[in-house]
Order: sequence, then C-alpha cells, then structure tokens
Amino acid sequence: MVKYSYFPGCSLKGTGRAYEESLLPVMKALDIELEELDDWNCCGATAYMAVDEVKACVMASRNLAIAEKLGHRELMAPCSACYLVLNKTKHYIHESPSVHHVLDEALKVANLSYSGNIPVKHPLDVLVNTIGLDAIKKRVKNPLKGLKVAPYYGCQIVRPYSTFDDQYNPTTMDRLLEAIGCTVVKDFPLKTRCCGGSLTGTLPEPGLLCSYIILKEALKRGADVIATVCPLCQFNLDGYHDKIEAKWESVRIPTVYFTQLMGLAFGMNERELGLHRGFIPMKPLPAAFAQPVAT
Amino acid sequence: MEMNQKEIRIGFYVCHCGSNIAAMVDCPDVAKYVGTLPNVVLSRDYKYMCSDPGQELIAKDIAEHKLNRIVVASCSPLLHEHTFRGAVEAGGVNPFFFHMVNIREHDSWVHTDRKEATEKAKGLSQAAIARVAKHKKLEQKKVPIHPDVLVVGGGIAGIHAAMTLANAGKKVYLVEREPSIGGHMAKFDKTFPTLDCAACILTPKMSAVGSHPNITLLSYSEVTKMSGYVGNYDVTVKRKPRYINEDLCTGCQDCISHCVFKEPKFADEFNENLSKRRPVYIPFPQATPQVVLIDPEVCLNFKRSVLTDKCKKTCVEACGEKKAIDFTQKETLLDIKVGTIIVSTGFQTFDAKRIPQYGYGKYPGVYTALEIERLVNTSGPTGGHVVLRDGKTEPKSIGIIHCVGSRDKKTNRWCSRVCCMYSMKLAHLLKEHTGAEVYNFYIDMRTPGKGYEEFYDKLLEEGNHFIRGRVGEVTDWAFTKEEEGKLVIRVEDTLAGYVRRIPVDMVVLATGIEPHSDSNDVRRLFNMSCGSEGFFLERHPKLAPVNTFNDGIYIAGCCQGPRDIPDTVAQAGAAAAECMALIDKGHIEQEPNTAFVLADECCGCKSCLPLCPYTAITFDEALGKASINEALCKGCGTCVAACPSGSIVQNLFDDEEIFSEIKGVLAYE
Repeated sequence: MVKYSYFPGCSLKGTGRAYEESLLPVMKALDIELEELDDWNCCGATAYMAVDEVKACVMASRNLAIAEKLGHRELMAPCSACYLVLNKTKHYIHESPSVHHVLDEALKVANLSYSGNIPVKHPLDVLVNTIGLDAIKKRVKNPLKGLKVAPYYGCQIVRPYSTFDDQYNPTTMDRLLEAIGCTVVKDFPLKTRCCGGSLTGTLPEPGLLCSYIILKEALKRGADVIATVCPLCQFNLDGYHDKIEAKWESVRIPTVYFTQLMGLAFGMNERELGLHRGFIPMKPLPAAFAQPVAT
Repeated sequence: MEMNQKEIRIGFYVCHCGSNIAAMVDCPDVAKYVGTLPNVVLSRDYKYMCSDPGQELIAKDIAEHKLNRIVVASCSPLLHEHTFRGAVEAGGVNPFFFHMVNIREHDSWVHTDRKEATEKAKGLSQAAIARVAKHKKLEQKKVPIHPDVLVVGGGIAGIHAAMTLANAGKKVYLVEREPSIGGHMAKFDKTFPTLDCAACILTPKMSAVGSHPNITLLSYSEVTKMSGYVGNYDVTVKRKPRYINEDLCTGCQDCISHCVFKEPKFADEFNENLSKRRPVYIPFPQATPQVVLIDPEVCLNFKRSVLTDKCKKTCVEACGEKKAIDFTQKETLLDIKVGTIIVSTGFQTFDAKRIPQYGYGKYPGVYTALEIERLVNTSGPTGGHVVLRDGKTEPKSIGIIHCVGSRDKKTNRWCSRVCCMYSMKLAHLLKEHTGAEVYNFYIDMRTPGKGYEEFYDKLLEEGNHFIRGRVGEVTDWAFTKEEEGKLVIRVEDTLAGYVRRIPVDMVVLATGIEPHSDSNDVRRLFNMSCGSEGFFLERHPKLAPVNTFNDGIYIAGCCQGPRDIPDTVAQAGAAAAECMALIDKGHIEQEPNTAFVLADECCGCKSCLPLCPYTAITFDEALGKASINEALCKGCGTCVAACPSGSIVQNLFDDEEIFSEIKGVLAYE
C-alpha cells in the first residue's frame, strides 16, 4: 500500500463531500492510502488570494510545511482551487526570494519550516500517470458501456501551471473515462472553459451564463453526464438549474465527479459514492451498472 | 636586460571620446599619472584619438620622440585596434608594438563614480604599459584564397547570391536539399505589396541558375562535412539518389503519365499535402532542374521483395531510349574545394498544432497561410479555385488570425515581420477569388516598408475588416442559430472593448517564421553561432549583418532572422559582395596572435588535440609531437592553457606579456 499525504480542503468536507466519499474508496481499491494532514487550515484560495496574495501563500505554506513534516513523498490535493494555490505558493518559493522570506518568517512563528520540495499532485495525475490505466482497467468490474460523458476539466488544474497536461486541450480524463468503459464526447470544446467560478455568488448573470453555456453544449453533444474534477465546477454546474431555466431554458444534465464514475465501474454502491447528493440525479442509470455486482 | 629596458620608449594616449570617457574619467589626471611610469617618454590626453589628427599625432610623436611602443586608452579593440595599429605602422613602428586599453566599455560606460572610474583607468593603463614593454615584433602572414564559392540553400537568397557571383565570373556550387531550388518563394502565389506573381519573377531566375555556365547546381543534396579555413574550405556534399540520371532526363515527364498508379495517391509536399502525386514526380511545373525523381517509400518497384511483382516498370518503358531511370542509384559523396561560403538555409513555419485552441488539425476549416498560398495559386491543388476541404464549398466568410506562434512568450517571442503583410495579401486574394467577408485579427498592424502602409490603406478601402485583439480560440460550439455549422472565432476586440464571437467558414492561421528544426546541425557544420532563438548570429547587428564569426562564411535570408523578399535579396547581394571582396583581393592577412608548439618541450600527451574548436592541431605520430596549423588557429588560447608541459605559446599572449600585465595592474595602489 502506497501512502500519500492528503489535503482535503474545505470543499471536500462540505459542498463537495461526495468527491471525498468517492475518492477515498477508489484510491483504496487501487492500494493507495491517503493520510489526511493533521490540523490543516484553509488553502488560501479565492477570497484570500484576491485580497492579499502573500497572506494567501502564507496560509498555503503552513499546509505544505505540515505535509513535509508528515514525511510522505507527495501531497494530494483533489480540489482544483487548493491544487492551484499550493502550486502557486511553491512557485513563489522558488522564484521570488522576497515572498519566500515572508513565508519563512511566518512559519517560524508556528515553529514550522518548509523546503519547497514536496510535489503537490492532483488525483487525476496520480491515477493516470502514476498508477496507470492498465492497473485501473484491472479493477473495473462493471464497464460503464453506453454512458456518454462530457469530460470537463475546468481551468485551475491546467492553467497557469500545466504540470501534467496541455493547457488548452487536456486529455488525461478523456483517457481515464475511456478506460472505465465510458463513451467520451470527442474534443469537447468547452473542457477548460470557465464554469462561472465565484461569479455565481457575486455577479450572478455572467456567472450563470458561463454554466449555462457548458451545460447546453454538453447536452447538444449527446452527453448523459458531465464529469468534473473540481468541487466548485460541480457546485456551479449542478446547483443553479432553476435559475438557469428561469432565465434561458432547461438544460438538466447531471454533473458528477470522475471518481464517482470510477467507483461505479469498480462495482461500488452508488449511495456510498455520494451519488444521491447531486441536485440533478444521475438517473436512470443504465441497468447493466446500476447495481453493484456481487463478486 | 637592463640595457633592453632602457631602450624602450613608450608613448601613451588617453582618449576623451568626446564625453563618452571624459564625463566619467579624469583624462588629464590619467595622462599625468601614466607619465610618471617607467619607460614612458610621452603621455597625452586627446579629444578623439581615432580622428585623422589623432592618428597623425601618433605618427608625428614617434618621429619626434623616437617612440618604439604605443599604448592608447580608449574604446574597445574590436572598434579601433585596427585603426591604431595602422597609425603606429605609418609612424614606422611594427604594429604589434602597440597595445590598447578599453576604458570606455570596461570603465566609463559601466561606472557611476568618477573618482573610482579614474582610478580604474590608471590601473588598467599601468598594466598596459608594463605589458607593451614585453611585446615582440610580429609579422602578418598572407594566405591565398580559393576563388570558388559554395552557396548552401537554394531559396531566393541562395539563388540571388549564386547569380550575382556567377555573373561576376566566379564559380559557384549551389547546394539544395530539396529536389528543386526555389524554396518557400516558389510556393507563394503573389508577392506583397505590388501583387506581382511570385512565379513570374522567380522562375526566370531559377532557370538562369540551372543553365548558368558558372553555377554547378547540386539539388537533392546536403553538405555533410566542412573543414579548412577562410580561403581554403574542404566540403563534402551528399547527393541523395533520385533514381533518375540527371544528365539523361529531358524532363518530358512521360514516365509520370505512364506510372502504374493511374491516379495520384500520395501526399504532395509542394502543395502542402492538399493534393496527391505519383511515386515518380516532378515537384512543380517550373522545378529546376527539370528532372523527375522517384520516391522509394511508395514506388512499387522498391517493394518487390514484399509484394508479387506488381510493378510492370511502365515508367522505364515510357522513358525508352533515353534510359534515364536507374533503380540501382545509390547515395554518393562529392568533395569540393571553395574559398568562401554563403549559408542561406531559410526557415520553417511555426507548427500551428502547437496552439491547440486554434483548432488546426481538429477542424477541417482551419488552414495555415502556406496552405492558402497554394489554394489561391493557379497551379495549386484546385487550380486557384478557393474551396474548403470538401472540394466544393466556397467560403462566404473568412477569418485571418495574425501572429500565430509569434510575439508570445509561450511559443516564439519575436515578431516574424512578414505576417501582417502576407495576411493582407491573402485577405485581398481571398476576397478577390470568393467575394467573402474577410476579417483580420491583429495585435498591432506592422507595415514598415516601401509601399506597405499604402497597401494597408488599400485593404481598408476594399472593405476588409480589421479587429484588434489576440484571438482566444477557434471553436465549433454554437451559441446562436447563425453560428450553427460555422467556426466561431472568440476574440476580445480591444478597440471596441468587449468580447466578440465571429462565425466564419474558413480560418487562416498566419504562422510565423522560426529556425529550421535542424538549424543547430547546420550551425555546428559551419562553426557558426546562433542567438537564443536559434537564428544564425551575425558578427555585428548593424555593421556586419551578413558576416559570421567565422571568416569567409556569410549568412543571408531568414536563417539569420525573419525578413521579407526584398530584404532577403538585398542581404544575399551583400553576402555575394563580401565573398567577392575576399576573392578579388586574392589573399587574406592573418592575425599573428596564433599559438605554436615548442617542439622540443612537447611530451606528446595529445591533451590539446580534442580541445581545439577549429581542428587546427595535428599530431605527428612519427615524431610524437603536436603541431598547430597557423592558418586554422584563431588564437582562442584553449590549448595554451591546457598544455600540461607549458610547451604551447601564443603570440601576443606569451607568459611574459601576461604576467607583466598582471604585475602592472597589481602594482597600482
């Protein structure tokens, strides 16, 4: 069993708990144990980043320092916003001596230190590039045959740091979904387009428009479901259908985490994977994989 | 030794260089100090030492004060060492009894404290005074020049350079790796801003090259080896097999029409793969030489061992008595000797797939500019009829995206210089051919050149749309009915101040110019340098733009940096003139700062052999000694520093001279 340090961030304990509920058993099934950081704090994303970038990095650096202390080789951050701010902080530590100095001083107060070396990985990267598609295919019990999925990556895991895939045309999730039997919408043109981010809360009109565009195009291309890697994307694409319908038209299509689809393919129970938590239910599921098969 | 020191009479001059030096260095103070040093007979400061009166002053002082050593503290030796050596020689003293101190680039220009800068000038001058006393009399050697010239690359640059030289009576070898000369220009339809037909102005030059008695055209060939030195280069050229005897082929092309492949089946590179050709083909109608070639990758005759003998060799039958087809042809090597070389190997266009958000290779409606050049060309894949890849639909709206791959830190940082102009040329031609609405998306319109801005005006008057903004993406997701089935260009219109979506049928990507992917191999082959972007480096960006750091090797055209046809031709002419200047002089004077081996002391360890970047060192196995070819040695000093027995000495940089210089600078308090 390989161990990774695990930074859940606030979303995976709240609005995005279905992500954690599906991530942990899927990783376990692939012999990966995630050890949650002790006493982790806010990653520093969105609001903090907008107010004071350096202070946001201070918050991120504390999590990095704790992860380094824990001693595992890599830190896994499933939420795209956490993933970005942790990587951004690492970038500043390497590129900006003045920011590095501030972070060092701040960590000293908490009796911590950070060398800047622990890699921050997204589960998608670990699953496809470390564990590998062959190992994943071996775990598949119920290939999701006939399920047409629009792969939606959002912006933060590929921009500005494209550590494991192309910035504008990522394909890692496409390949992963194909490996578990899904039919993938080929060259989904909106795969890295903005979901609306936090605009849905502050300036609803353009925010909702962003979500509407993605949902509409996924439906138009015949998708049964949208697969996402990010809790904020899932929240935006799943949570505002009433408003979108009132403003434009009905574009009801479920948006789920890629790990939930993996869990289904691995034969796990849909409730245990948090599939009941979505506003737009992923129903009816094709009969072949609706129920776990006894092994 | 005492006696010798007393005979040395040094004259010292410190130059103000207007205010370039004098503003930061107290020149009279430096002159005063140096005047107190041993052996210094005379010490002056002067406003412009490089001026005629300044040079005459040196000659006059030599006569009046019986000076036999001269030191000038001024600018970089790169600029005026030659000037002052001349002045010293004019005064009757060996030009190598001179030394130059750089107190401009190394001192006044880089410091801000006048007192400190003055002190530094004194220290550097003191070092030079101590050094020049140890200088030895040296003679410049003359080496004859081989009058033949090698031109590498047969695009418009190579063609023009070869023709210029050949018309002046010089023998030229023109090496081109493709089956025909012509380069990129041969693919163009029209040329900006005059819109004259590229083929009409190029092909007469191509055929003139092909028939010129002074030009040996080596097409479908590559230079594989070069050794030697300025005036005497030995070059090996690899001649790739065409499977056609060039001397026997008349260019009748009967073999092509009789090929067993009734329909052309294989991607035609000349038409940017927009059409097909047969295994036996001629790249384009005006190809020079007018000789066909056979592609062994697809010709059935070369697959006979695998397949049953499908090929009836109908081409051989068609060729008949001429007997030009030779399936047994092998690659051959040709050794030639030349005195000077022009490298004009051109460029490649940016690979549009590197920017996936523009959809090249994903959406069939997206084209590169070079594909459009072929598409609008009468001899192109559709005979000049502009249709989409389905072969029938005429585009009703066309978007041309400028700066694809250029001016972007993620791809190429430089401006490719020609894209604004060629994009407008294509806009004009596409509009003329199809009557479509044409949109240009630009960052800045860059139209410096004779008649270029006027061309931009003309395009505006024709009703072409110009939208300022870097395009975000080309996509096929439609938001409105009008967008269904179209390619949508999403762009922030930075003049209007909002994001626009423009649906079009055809997208043209104005891909930029970049160095060939194998330009590094060419660079190494000819011992040239290149800048960080990979273009070959000129010796001086303003004053020696076609020279390289390797004497006798010149560069012309886009291999040195992006440029248009007029600039390329001007540069090719300049490179040809540089060759002629050397050839007509008949010999080269070599710098005497070369290294030599003290044969008695050489222990034969061969440490120096692999270090020499100019392969100037050879080893005599019989004697067990190394020796250095003076003509090849560039005086870099690497071998001198590396020799474990200290048996390599370099003129102008022997131990005595260098240690005296060090002692001189250290003696300054």
